Amino acid sequence: MIPAVSVVDVVKSFASLKALDGLSLAIEQGEFFGLLGPNGAGKTTLISALAGLARLDSGSIQVLGHDVVRDFRQARRLLGVVPQELVFDPFFSVRETLRIQSGYFGIRRNDDWIDEILHHLDLTGKADANMRRLSGGMKRRVLVAQALVHKPPVIVLDEPTAGVDVELRQGLWQFVRRLNSEGHTIILTTHYLEEAEALCNRIALMKQGRLLALDTTANLMAASPGASLEEVFLRTMQR
Amino acid sequence: MIGFWTLFYKEVLRFWKVAFQTVAAPVLTAMLYLMIFGHVLEDHVRVHGIGYTSFLIPGLVMMQVLQNAFANSSSSLIQAKITGSIVFVLLPPLPYSAFFAAYVLAAMLRGLMVGAGVLLATVWFVELQVVAPVWILLFALFSGALFGALGMIAGIWVEKFDQLAAFQNFLIMPLTMLSGVFYSIYTLPTFWQQLSHYNPVFYMIDGFRYGFFGVSDVSPVRSLAVVVACFALTSLLTLALLKRGWKLRT
Repeated sequence: MIPAVSVVDVVKSFASLKALDGLSLAIEQGEFFGLLGPNGAGKTTLISALAGLARLDSGSIQVLGHDVVRDFRQARRLLGVVPQELVFDPFFSVRETLRIQSGYFGIRRNDDWIDEILHHLDLTGKADANMRRLSGGMKRRVLVAQALVHKPPVIVLDEPTAGVDVELRQGLWQFVRRLNSEGHTIILTTHYLEEAEALCNRIALMKQGRLLALDTTANLMAASPGASLEEVFLRTMQR
Repeated sequence: MIGFWTLFYKEVLRFWKVAFQTVAAPVLTAMLYLMIFGHVLEDHVRVHGIGYTSFLIPGLVMMQVLQNAFANSSSSLIQAKITGSIVFVLLPPLPYSAFFAAYVLAAMLRGLMVGAGVLLATVWFVELQVVAPVWILLFALFSGALFGALGMIAGIWVEKFDQLAAFQNFLIMPLTMLSGVFYSIYTLPTFWQQLSHYNPVFYMIDGFRYGFFGVSDVSPVRSLAVVVACFALTSLLTLALLKRGWKLRT
């Protein structure tokens, strides 16, 4: 089976800093994959390169067999990205934002799916509210909704629960779990390691643009009996 | 095509939601110019045998088309870059040609709406003749598109609002104000006359004015050739920047 995401020997530098240093990994279709590492590990750079927001110095990335540079249009159709920063367009309402995002992906009359997303993300009551009037947590959920408007088979969540309260976080995970059970591949970066432990089947631990460990969550935990993922993470980073 | 139409619709909706600021305000500014200069100079100045107020109107219309087309694409891009919302158009599978066309057409539309607003508002003051409407349309369309594309370059290039303001105040404003909006370049000393021929905006204003009065400082065919060539060059540069993702993708 073609991997959902295939990363081969990628290198990306910003001046003298090597953000990605010969990283390779493959994420299988249907996985709930965790990409963990301290700040500066290269997680967001990897996601940016995957999404076409950053250009690699060398190496290649494919989404379901489509190169993100040479075949960028198809690769981007297959990918939904929730960015880390809380960004929004202040001119539009929630529904306008989602309709416009659907249109960018070539989808007209997407209101049935938009209504479903709004319902699952508890945003139905805010559909006609301007983006400026939403709380931080609500804006974060709209970002999730924007990433899902075109029903992408591969969904990347770059720290999606930062600044989201516990209740909303639970609702978000319930929805994302459902998407994963329906066959969507989920790639998650988070600093909440207990979330990664509970949700991810497989985890990659990154540091300074390199891969330090890549295994199933169960195997990573089994290697350090009785330890939490946080302890496994700290030990791996100190190597 | 749906992606292109959506981006175009979004860009139009963006300025239409604040039309008081983006359309009505520039019309008022042009009216103030017209009232002040027209009132002071109408009885003293005739250009090519035309009354000063009538002469002034096409120049003011074109000046507003240009400045507003430029403002639309440049402000939209810089705002999206600064707030980070540019990712919403960078993540989807939009071809860079669609990106270019949507921004330029929306900028052109705003410029034309403001220009039409100025024309409509001024018909109450003077009876304006229209000798060659096709020339008027051609110059308005190409000039608006050129400044829309120029606004895209500025929006991509600059990283802060004050840099954009510098671009507007030190390049766009002098180019438009010193292009013959308020005078015929043949009233200038020889040096300034010759220098004006290197200003592409002069050809836009002069050709546009020809459509109203049938008289111009240079041939309208030559003016249109200059404007179309400038538009083609600016478009090629903008498309090249978009293709490379310069200052948009790291």
